[in-house]
Amino acid sequence: MLKVRVIPCLDVKDGRVVKGVNFVGLRDAGDPVESAIAYDAAGADELCFLDITASHERRGTLIDVVTRTAEACFVPLTVGGGVRTVEDIRALLLAGADKVSINTAAVTDRNFVRRAAEKFGVQCIVVAIDAKRVSGPDEDPRWDIFTHGGRTATGIDAIAFAEEVCELGAGEILLTSMDRDGVKTGYDVALTRAVADAVPVPVIASGGVGNLDHLVEGVREGHASAVLAASIFHFGEYTVRQAKERLAAAGLPVRMD
Amino acid sequence: MSIAIIDYGSGNLHSAQKAFERSAREAGLDTPVLLTSDPEAVLHAERIVLPGVGAFADCRAGLDAVPGMVDALEEAVRRRGRPFLGICVGMQLMASRGLEYVTTAGLGWIPGDVTLLQPSDPTLKIPHMGWNTLDVRREHALLAGIPTGPEGWHAYFVHSYHLAAADPSLVVAETEYGGWVTAMVARDNMAGAQFHPEKSQKLGLALIANFLRWRP
Repeated sequence: MLKVRVIPCLDVKDGRVVKGVNFVGLRDAGDPVESAIAYDAAGADELCFLDITASHERRGTLIDVVTRTAEACFVPLTVGGGVRTVEDIRALLLAGADKVSINTAAVTDRNFVRRAAEKFGVQCIVVAIDAKRVSGPDEDPRWDIFTHGGRTATGIDAIAFAEEVCELGAGEILLTSMDRDGVKTGYDVALTRAVADAVPVPVIASGGVGNLDHLVEGVREGHASAVLAASIFHFGEYTVRQAKERLAAAGLPVRMD
Repeated sequence: MSIAIIDYGSGNLHSAQKAFERSAREAGLDTPVLLTSDPEAVLHAERIVLPGVGAFADCRAGLDAVPGMVDALEEAVRRRGRPFLGICVGMQLMASRGLEYVTTAGLGWIPGDVTLLQPSDPTLKIPHMGWNTLDVRREHALLAGIPTGPEGWHAYFVHSYHLAAADPSLVVAETEYGGWVTAMVARDNMAGAQFHPEKSQKLGLALIANFLRWRP
């Protein structure tokens, strides 16, 4: 039986983890490679790096981080942030990323998703969708997508956009609720479910995890195939193992080996 | 003598190389692991690995675009009997035909077609992406010492098509995803894994070590 994936996500800036990972025994909490190795050993099903380096010139540091991670970790690695061209994707895949996540560029140029999927295969093209609820409390729920790290409104419906990018060749959707990101009150389950039920590809729930029951909700109520979290793992509140034990206790299938 | 991982422009192979190097080191073997697009190197390799990501037809075209590579594979694998491992689309290429988008000839080593997954449960997502267990249909040296079955170790899959083998006796393992999906095939000195051993953590490293020691 296919297992629910638990994915720790690391924000990387200029080659360093932005909010240091707080693990016992980690020599350098700011080194993404050290953190990735620790998560791999802890049973993470995949790893995700989100590069938030502002300047394009310094993105070479990310390539180095990806290369060193791929040499040491034998689980899938997704890398996103600032991916705008086929060349960006090629450089990340050659460095050792297994999947590349596209965000703003998928909105500004839909055909970029198609070109990327045709070039590299749907299996390595993740479209990252940042969505925010735009309907009032008494209306049927609607979510629009936002770009540029959630700062720019587009007026594009999140569910319609998710369906469209899947037709163009997205192999997976990384769905982040901008309302919940960093708030720790749980995933936007209604959003997750609306997208997961609308698209044929796996959906990774993201944004808002504050405790392990939120992971269970993301899968059971939100119909996500995978759950992504950052701070609850980085600051040592919970281990990946504990996350999987909670999912298992709720009757959801997880990988414990 | 060396392990040749064939580089024909299909995805990144550095992590595969590192996984094979690490397995070799842990198994106490000092065999060098080469990434190569040179048919001569394939002819002289002790063992051969054919990876592959993306669409079947693209991978076949990529392989054909390397002059002499298919002939070198036929010679080394079929005639000289060198141990061979196909991974993901590299495994699918062992089939007679691929039916992804267009019908494309495979290498024809494992009779059968590469067909779209059609899970019985329509809510199951395609691609089949993530960690799944193996149900063994036939004992094989590559799975020696690896716990299998529903409580066994997991392998990492990411694929929308699988090799539907015409001869069920060539299927070594299947995985369950709304029905049975071919996970491993083998025939004589040839083996193929639909999952990615280089991404399958301890199951993968153990399987690679078994491949490095395999004496078919």
